[in-house]
Amino acid sequence: MAKVLIPTALRAFTDGSSEVEGAGKTAGEVITAVTESYPEIQKHLFDEEGKLRSYVNVFIGDENIRNLGGLDAPVHEGDVVTLVPAIAGGRP
Amino acid sequence: MISITKQVQDRINAEGERDYPNETCGFLLGRIERNDVRESDDIIPVVNARETEEAYHRFVILPQDFLKAEHEALAKNKNIIGIYHSHPDHPPIPSDYDLEHGLPFYSYLILSVKDGKADKLTSWRLENDRSGFAAEELKV
Ligand SMILES: [Zn+2]
Repeated sequence: MAKVLIPTALRAFTDGSSEVEGAGKTAGEVITAVTESYPEIQKHLFDEEGKLRSYVNVFIGDENIRNLGGLDAPVHEGDVVTLVPAIAGGRP
Repeated sequence: MISITKQVQDRINAEGERDYPNETCGFLLGRIERNDVRESDDIIPVVNARETEEAYHRFVILPQDFLKAEHEALAKNKNIIGIYHSHPDHPPIPSDYDLEHGLPFYSYLILSVKDGKADKLTSWRLENDRSGFAAEELKV
């Protein structure tokens, strides 16, 4: 089990919890486990093609999974996985 | 409904004019009352991390800047309740790009900057099903 920290903006979809648990051996598995427990959060984390949305950054401890192999990054028992939004926008 | 202080409005206007013709961006700090009434009395301007040639119509706030702002807000005993950005020479209405990248919960303030002068400021909230942005009443 890994602890998953949920950003303020997405807590409405985890019954208000700032911290949930997800089982899995990789970052992808842990996040998928969270979306199975809280289906409403799914479309805010993944796009229609099932890819992580560009503004969703996943950290294991202090390290961005981008530097650890992406969604295949290994998660160990007791690791803390943090979802951190990057904010983007613009005009046409 | 969100109410912002005059000072917050003035600062967003000044940031938008300073960064024109590029987009400015930053966080709104404040608190959220029980009935979802939002009050902002402070901002944290953030450097637009988009490459220079794209910054005229795009902004991005990096996760490390987000975390820094969240800590700064906590230290002030406040919360991040929204995000502001400017639309240089464009109406203050969320774009498809804003929708694609928007987060729920936050108030999205959009400032139109016309010919370098701050114009209209509006506020929006992303629908929880991501179907669109709904206008949010904004009071100064
Ligand atoms: Zn925009």
